[in-house]
Amino acid sequence: MVSARTPAEERAWRAAATVMDPEVPVLTIEDLGVLREVREEAGTIVATITPTYSGCPAMDLISVQVEVALRDAGFQDVKVKRVLSPAWTTDWLSEEGRQKLRTYGIAPPAGAAGRGALFGEPAVACPHCGSTHTTKVSEFGSTACKALYRCESCREPFDYFKCH
Amino acid sequence: MTTLTLTAPSPHLAFLLRLADDNLILGHRLSEWTGHAPMLEEDIALANIALDHIGAARSLYDRAAELHGEGLTEDDYAYRRDARGYLNCLLVERPNGDFAHTIVRQLLYSAFALPYWAVLTASTDATIAAIAAKSEKEARYHVRHSGDWFLRLGDGTDESRTRTEAALAALWPYTGELFEVDATLEPLIAEGVAADPRSVHAVWQQTIDQALAATGLTVPEVPFMQTGGRTGYHTEHLGFILADLQFMQRAYPGATW
Repeated sequence: MVSARTPAEERAWRAAATVMDPEVPVLTIEDLGVLREVREEAGTIVATITPTYSGCPAMDLISVQVEVALRDAGFQDVKVKRVLSPAWTTDWLSEEGRQKLRTYGIAPPAGAAGRGALFGEPAVACPHCGSTHTTKVSEFGSTACKALYRCESCREPFDYFKCH
Repeated sequence: MTTLTLTAPSPHLAFLLRLADDNLILGHRLSEWTGHAPMLEEDIALANIALDHIGAARSLYDRAAELHGEGLTEDDYAYRRDARGYLNCLLVERPNGDFAHTIVRQLLYSAFALPYWAVLTASTDATIAAIAAKSEKEARYHVRHSGDWFLRLGDGTDESRTRTEAALAALWPYTGELFEVDATLEPLIAEGVAADPRSVHAVWQQTIDQALAATGLTVPEVPFMQTGGRTGYHTEHLGFILADLQFMQRAYPGATW
């Protein structure tokens, strides 16, 4: 897809990739697929990030944290660029990322992102006990990317990271 | 801060502002529920949907500013235009009313926005296409959220059903405007910058029919459809929204924090 990174770009990527998502602090922005690319352009390190949702309020903080991480890694001239295309999808979540979510108590997206809208629900497994006997409490949870569920088996409430 | 008046904006700019204004005004309306929704989960849900709409509006205003030049930013469009300069459809400025009104308004708009964003992903304006691809995903959840509530309210108690029916009757006359094509839109559709809203009418109707069928409610009979928003002729409600939205920048021009 793109040419290989130079050693400096690789080092910059690794620095930027350490930034954690402020809303889901067990995932890095690399796990989430929010960090898209890190390139050196005419002496400037340009990190490209994409929002999970259009109105994601965490983007400003992520931008600042990426900038700080790059400066801490010794890069002087840095820039953070935001792109909308290709649109972020939960399909980019790594298997490792999904497992981290489960351990943290958030159910990862069930299946691939689809186009269905009105009336139709995937089966969501409880991240605590694994039961699929769960009920949706609200389509939107603590953030736009999550829905709020309750497990009918262990009675625990949990967040579900929606397919997107 | 002086009022920003756009004299004869290009069709491309006008189209961006129509889309952006729909999203900003609907997002603002939904944000009015923050702290007042019937329950905590709904408070959070409506705030999240508001954020999606305002996020889309910001990206569209950014693109408008880029096209416009003159060093304008997204804030100039949101904070410096008077009601006559706003090009949103009338449906999105209708007051929140009771919860049924808010849900019906959202379903009517989102059932249109979802397929319209889908066709706009083919826009020849790459930024519009990118915003559309992002917003289509979000609109899917807006349809689902309002569709679920429409079913619960419309097929719920006598009280909730009566209120849902009243909301449908009050808001239905504002749905015609969603599908209007005028001299601004025509050349843009031909160029492929905009999409023809009439091309998604059947999909919209199908979503609404499906929701209605699930509740046993029917399409209200209305004598005519309201119009005017796309050329800046609004209901009395928009001015009050702007008074609220623009207060800080009008009272303290250029204020930042």
